[in-house]
This record gives sequence, C-alpha cells and structure tokens, in this order.
Amino acid sequence: MSDEKKSILSGQTLRAYIMIAVLAMIWLYFHWATGSIFLTARNLSNLMSQMSVTGVLAVGMLMVIVSGNIDLSVGSVLGFAGGIAAFMVTTMEYGLPTAILAAIVVSIAIGLLQGALTAYLNIPAFIVTLGGLLAWRGAVKWLLGGSTVPISDKTFMAIGQSYVGPMAGWAIAAVAIAFVVFMAIRRARSVKELGLGEANYTGELLKSIVPIGGIIIFIWVMNAYDDKGVPIPVLIFVAVALVGGFLTTSTTFGRYLYAIGGNADAARLSGINNKRNVLKVFALMGALTGLAALIFAGRGSSATPDAGTLKELDAIAACVIGGASLVGGRGTIFGACLGALIMASLDNGMSLLNVRDFMQDIIKGSILVAAVGLDMAGRKRS
Amino acid sequence: MSLLEMKDIVKEFPGVRALDGVSFTLEAGEFHSLVGENGAGKSTLMKVLSGVYPVGTYEGDILIDDTVRTFRTIRESENAGVSIIFQELSLVKELTVGENIFLGQAPAKFGVIDWSRLYHEATVLLQDLHLDIDPRVLVGNLGIGQQQLVEIAKALSKNARILVLDEPTAALTESEVETLFGILRKLKERGVGMIYISHKLDEVFKMSDRITVLRDGKTVGTQAAADMTRDQVIAAMVGREVGDIFPKPDHKFGDTALEISGLDVYSIDVPDKKLVDNVGFSVRRGEVLGIAGLMGAGRSELLSGIFASWQGRYSRKITVGGTPATISSPADAISHGIGFVTEDRKRFGLILEQTILDNMTLAGLQKISGRFVTDRMRETIAANGPMKSLRIKANSTMTIAGTLSGGNQQKVVLGKWLLINPKILFLDEPTRGIDVGAKQEIYAEINRLAKEGMAIVLVSSELPEVLGLSDRVIVLHEGHITGEFTRSEATPEKVMAAATGNQ
Ligand SMILES: Nc1ncnc2c1ncn2[C@@H]1O[C@H](COP(=O)(O)OP(=O)(O)OP(=O)(O)O)[C@@H](O)[C@H]1O
Ligand SMILES: [Mg+2]
Repeated sequence: MSDEKKSILSGQTLRAYIMIAVLAMIWLYFHWATGSIFLTARNLSNLMSQMSVTGVLAVGMLMVIVSGNIDLSVGSVLGFAGGIAAFMVTTMEYGLPTAILAAIVVSIAIGLLQGALTAYLNIPAFIVTLGGLLAWRGAVKWLLGGSTVPISDKTFMAIGQSYVGPMAGWAIAAVAIAFVVFMAIRRARSVKELGLGEANYTGELLKSIVPIGGIIIFIWVMNAYDDKGVPIPVLIFVAVALVGGFLTTSTTFGRYLYAIGGNADAARLSGINNKRNVLKVFALMGALTGLAALIFAGRGSSATPDAGTLKELDAIAACVIGGASLVGGRGTIFGACLGALIMASLDNGMSLLNVRDFMQDIIKGSILVAAVGLDMAGRKRS
Repeated sequence: MSLLEMKDIVKEFPGVRALDGVSFTLEAGEFHSLVGENGAGKSTLMKVLSGVYPVGTYEGDILIDDTVRTFRTIRESENAGVSIIFQELSLVKELTVGENIFLGQAPAKFGVIDWSRLYHEATVLLQDLHLDIDPRVLVGNLGIGQQQLVEIAKALSKNARILVLDEPTAALTESEVETLFGILRKLKERGVGMIYISHKLDEVFKMSDRITVLRDGKTVGTQAAADMTRDQVIAAMVGREVGDIFPKPDHKFGDTALEISGLDVYSIDVPDKKLVDNVGFSVRRGEVLGIAGLMGAGRSELLSGIFASWQGRYSRKITVGGTPATISSPADAISHGIGFVTEDRKRFGLILEQTILDNMTLAGLQKISGRFVTDRMRETIAANGPMKSLRIKANSTMTIAGTLSGGNQQKVVLGKWLLINPKILFLDEPTRGIDVGAKQEIYAEINRLAKEGMAIVLVSSELPEVLGLSDRVIVLHEGHITGEFTRSEATPEKVMAAATGNQ
C-alpha cells in the first residue's frame, strides 16, 4: 500500500525540490555574477520586499487558476485601488482607515462583479477580466487625471516600507515555532485517536525540523540587515500565503476549487455549488488585489496611472512556474510562492547586473516558456 | 503464419504490473475475444499493440506477418494495419461525422481539403456499413450508440487488417449491436482479424472463434469458443466459481421513501419538447425500483430531473419520507438523503486526475471531514470503508482515479455516494463496462442496501439486470410510463413490448 503512496508523494515533493534547486542555482549565479552582492542580508531583505506584491497576487491567482478560471484584471485593479487610497488620503484628506477600507471594498466589489459575470452569466473569465484589464486601467486614469498622486501619510508609507524590529521578529518566530510543534503533536495524536496506529511523536517532531530551521534562518537574515527586522510587506505576504495554503489544503472551500477545476460536471453533481464558489474565489482575488495595491502604493509613496501594469502576468507566471495548470484542478500555493520568488529574484538580480530593460523582459519571457516546457516534458515521461 | 503475434508482453506502471508476460495470437479472418476481470490488463494489452504505449515502455515483442514491429505512435500502428476503437470514445464532438472519420487523413489537394470528396467518401463508407447517419451532422448531436458506430466507420476507413474493439457495445441498443455484428461478420469474410473485448459473454460466445482469458495481467488460457462453456470462462476469469449472479431477493418493504408526481423534463436544445412527460411514481424503503426503457426513452433525464441536476427546464412535486420536499439543487437532494450514481463515470462521476480519496469524499465532504476545516485522517478512514466493502483494486486510497480500470472507477463512484449515507439511491447504468465478478459484487451490495432499508431506483439498459434486481419495474417509452410490473409479472417479453410502445 505504501508503494503507490510514496511514488505519488515523490512526484509532488520532487517538483518542489527541483524548484528549490533551480532557485538556489539562480541565487548562486547572481551572487557570483554580482561580485557577492546578491546573497547579502540587505539585498535579500530588499528582494523579499520586492516580491511581496507579486506574491500576494499570486496566492489569489493560484486559487482562481485552480478553479479553472483566470484573472487578467489584477494589474489594473491594483492601480485603481491604489489610486483610490492615495486620492482619498492626499487629495480629499480622509483618514487612512477610511481610505484603506474604501480601496479594499472597491477591490472586493470588482471581484464580485467579475465573478458574477463569469459564474452566473457564463461569460468566460478570460473575456470578463480582459475587459476589466482595460476598463479599470481607464478608471484609474480618469480618477487621477493622468497625473501622479503623492502619499505623505507616514502610516500609509509604513505599509510598504517599514520593518518590525528584531525583537518582534523573534517573538513572531517563537509563536510560529510553537505552532509548528503544536501541529506536529496534534498530527501524531490524531493518528492514535483515529485508531490508525501508535502516536509517533519523535517522527512528527523530526519532520518539523526543516520548517523550524527555515523560520529561524529567515528571521535571522531579515534582522541581520542593519538590525531592521522583517519588512512589513513581507510580513503581510507571509500571512497571506499561510492563509492561502490553509484554504487550499485544509478546507472544504479549497477542495471544492480543485474539484471544480478538475471536472466541473462531477463537482456539480456531487452537490457543490460551482457558481457560488467561483464567485467567492473572485471576491478573494479582489480582496488580495486591494491589499497588494496598498503595499504597492506604500512602497512607492505614490499612486500613478500606470501602477501595476503587467502585474497580472507576473502573478500568472508565478503560478505556472510553480506547477499550476491553466486548465484548472492543479497547482499549489507553495509552488506559486516559489514561482513569485523566482520571478522576483530574476528581476532583482538582473537589475543588480544592469541588464537592459528590454533584455530583462526577453529573458523572463523565455524562462517562463522554458519552465513550462520542461515541466510538460517531465510529466509526459512519467 | 499468424497475422499477429504478441510475445511475453510485460508492462509496468508505477506500483502495478499491469501485464506480466502475456502472449496472444490472431489469425486473418479470426474473431478472437479477450475477456477478463476489470483491471486484468485487456485495455493495456491493446494500448501496447496500438502504440499508445510506445516501444521501449514495455517488454516483449509484437509480430505482424512474422516480422517484429516497433510502434512509437498510434499513427505507426495504423500504417501497419492496426485500428483500435478505444473503450473511451475518442471522437471530436464539435466536428461533423465526416470530419471525424477522416480526421488527420482528409482527402486534400495541396493541403486544401476537398470537402465534397470527403463527404462523398464518408457517405459511401457509411452506406457500405448500412448506417443511416448523415456525415454532415455534428458528432455531439448523435446519441452515444451512433457515435460508437461512427467510431467503427472511422476505424474501417483506415483499411485495417487488425481491428481492435474495446467494449464497443457497452452503450449500444440491441438493434445497434445487431448492426455492428453484421458489419463485423462481413469484415471477417474480407479476412480482417478482430480482437474483441467485452464483459458481455453472450456476445463473446455468439461471435468468437477463439477466446483468451486474462487474469491479473497473465494469460489463463486460449481456446476455441466451441470448446468452452460460459461457466468455464467465468471461472477462469474470476479464479473461482461464480454461482447465480443475482442475489436472492428477500426485501421487506417499509413506508414510502420517495414520491414523485407530475414530473416534466424539457429538452435543452428544443425548448418545448418534453423528454419526460407527466411521470409519477413512488418507491418504498427496502424496495428496488427498476426503470426500463430503450436508449433515449428519458430514463437518465428522469433521474436528473428529480435530483435537480438537469440543466434545462423541469417541474415536479416531490415528497420525501411523507413530507413535501423542495429540491432545487443537487445539494438539496443530498441533504434529503438522495444519492445519484450517474452514468458515464468519466464525464459525470470522477475527477480523473485526483485520488480515490478525493473523489470518494467529495459528495459528503462536509459531513465526513468537517464543515469548513477538513481532516484527511478522518477522510481516509471513511474512504477505506467502501474501498474494502466494494473490493476496489488499488494500492491505496491515494491512487489516482484515472489510472484505475473501468470497473474499479465505477466502484469509486458508487463508494462516493455510499459515503453520504443515502436513504434513497439512484443508480444510472451502475454496471456499464464491469466484469461479471464485480457485477455480482455490486448486485449483492445493492441487495444488501435494500435489505438495510434503502430505497433504490435502478436504471439500466441491460434487461436481465433490471429484471434480476428489481422488486418492481416501470417502463418508459418516449418520456411516458407505458407499463408497470411486479417482480413476478415482469417478463422480458412484456417489458420489451412496453419499452417499444407496442401494447
Ligand atoms: N496509466 C496508468 N497508470 C497506472 N496504472 C494503470 C494505468 N493504466 C492502467 N493501469 C492499471 O493497469 C491494470 C490493468 O488495467 P486495464 O485498463 O488494462 O484493465 P482492463 O482489463 O481493460 O479492465 P476493464 O475491464 O475495467 O476495462 C489496472 O490495475 C490499472 O489500474
Ligand atoms: Mg479496459
């Protein structure tokens, strides 16, 4: 019985290992090529901040893609939501909470609208959100009158630029480690409770060593950059990724998304409300886009009419590099996040190397196609 | 000299040895049946023959006319005269019959398709087979039986010398089967060698020169059909004696579990056409109600109309357990304790790329696993129940559903619905493409469920199945009920008369 289990697990974990190895190679190459600048605490902290926007979008996009849909509008919605927040704070002088709320609410409303058109009127998501890509970009241009709105609100800027101190970082680490240990013990105990065998505490705890090590190294590296600690946007991204991971792997909602993407008819006949779940996933995508918009605007201390242009493609590319299938039914949050990190690493490394703009695009595009091509070849063989 | 010889074929999938040294020969003009339980390796052997699994992915030799052939693609095997009709239909629904027949080999000049020639040749081919099908019709608009016949026409357009038919009659009506057999007899005269895979032993004995039995990836034996009896073949397939495949009914009927009245189901394409017209019936706890009828009589539509999974218009009154029930979505139906084992498991039943576990717990997910947060352990335990009781042949619940043999896939779908603990269970063609052994098991399971008080509504095209299992049979003809019989009244003649509308 364990034979098959192993071979399937190794299929999935194998691809994760390969991606981590690819990431390591990219990092080592850039470190070497930049004369040991890439793998410094300072640059890694920057890199993580840079990936946070794409990362947050990729988490939402992954869920949309798994359900068999796509959202091409996130770049434009990001621009629009950021525009609303900046416009309200700077031009209309509302308080920050109101502005944040407005940006998020509008993003969710857009998600609901596009989700409803897709799910209930059966217009393909590709078309609905392609329309959205144009329309919401138009909306932000109209709102900002074609000019840049600066942001001087300190708290707003903090969302994109500031750090939680080193001590807070360690506190977070402590909580995270406690949680990992708790989950390990719970897993071991439930094996026994459900009568599947003896509780294997040592085994489960041993398996926790890798995540615990990861948490410690991560906090340590972030703190090592001038003792600043974890960047707030990175913290937001990690929280989003954890929630996304939980939703996709451990909730009925997540299972329904995979079922709908895998075989919509079978899902419907099994009593799943496909339409409502598609609506939900688009609303979620909207909420995350609003969040990403706040980070983006905060990082740039401004809202511009072309903010977020092509961000949808970064998010989709991250998912696909991470093994998601555009047909639906397949993909993981972990993969999408790794994909986002790979994309951000390429951006960051090539900028450090002063690779010309157009070359960067050509290289990123080629890598995307190559990654999926290799993946397909690998799948066919097995 | 044999037309075809397959020697010591070994084919492995991760964790499964699907073929373990199988040898097989076929003579020109021979009708050679290949039988065996679900998962015995029949389809796999044919996929090896036809290049679906290219040379190098299996061991052993394939010889045609005594020369070793190494096929890397289906195309290469076709060029060598091998034509295969897969268990799963492989026509493109959005193309016409003619386009499908000549897919990839359309008559063309300088790359421009010669449409009039294409349709002319298609017409000739179809007429030659005595098929009354317009080659300009979209395949998607044909019934499944006619699609199957088109598939056969397509295979023949390639001038096959070796024709493989993998369960071609699973979806055919009796008259369509006769048409098919007429065609096959003619091909036999022309010297075409045929490999025929079927779980319907009547057909096998009617047509075969020789029969080869596979079990667990090994050849049990090959013999002239005339020298074998049905029971011998079954025993060889299953590895044990199989007595009467229908269980002895001793159901105790309880209260009315489900009552339907005024059920109308309208066509999706033709808005005012009724596929089911003012149908009413009831089924009691502990009773198996069979619904008989020909293909297209509206049986599946009837079930979907009640289950609220029909995507067109429908209306009806439903009473569950004596109280009126509003059922406007499959979720409503499930919450009223109705389960629906749908036909066509690949399209409607399974998510092929997901595991047995994921599939089996899908319908009852919130009950089995948790309303919002899921629990894999609990799901595994739940899924292991049907896994054992239905004797699903797979390494574990983590096996991908799409890699299972047809019969085991069907059991997974059945398992999915048993896991919602239904009070009322709809079964639509529950044994299509399933071997005798598994059939007997499923029949026993149906009987056991009824005995425990479940109300069961069974739709099947196999008359013996309906008659053998049902306590009561209603017959549908063009959307109307044309007959109702108790177990003792129901004879094949009476039911067929009602089904064809001759009374
Ligand atoms: N692609 C695959 N990957 C893994 N295992 C497979 C694959 N295809 C078939 N198998 C396994 O090989 C065995 C033989 O399957 P096969 O489809 O040949 O059975 P079959 O005799 O045609 O059964 P049925 O009568 O149900 O169609 C089964 O155990 C099946 O699970
Ligand atoms: Mg088969």
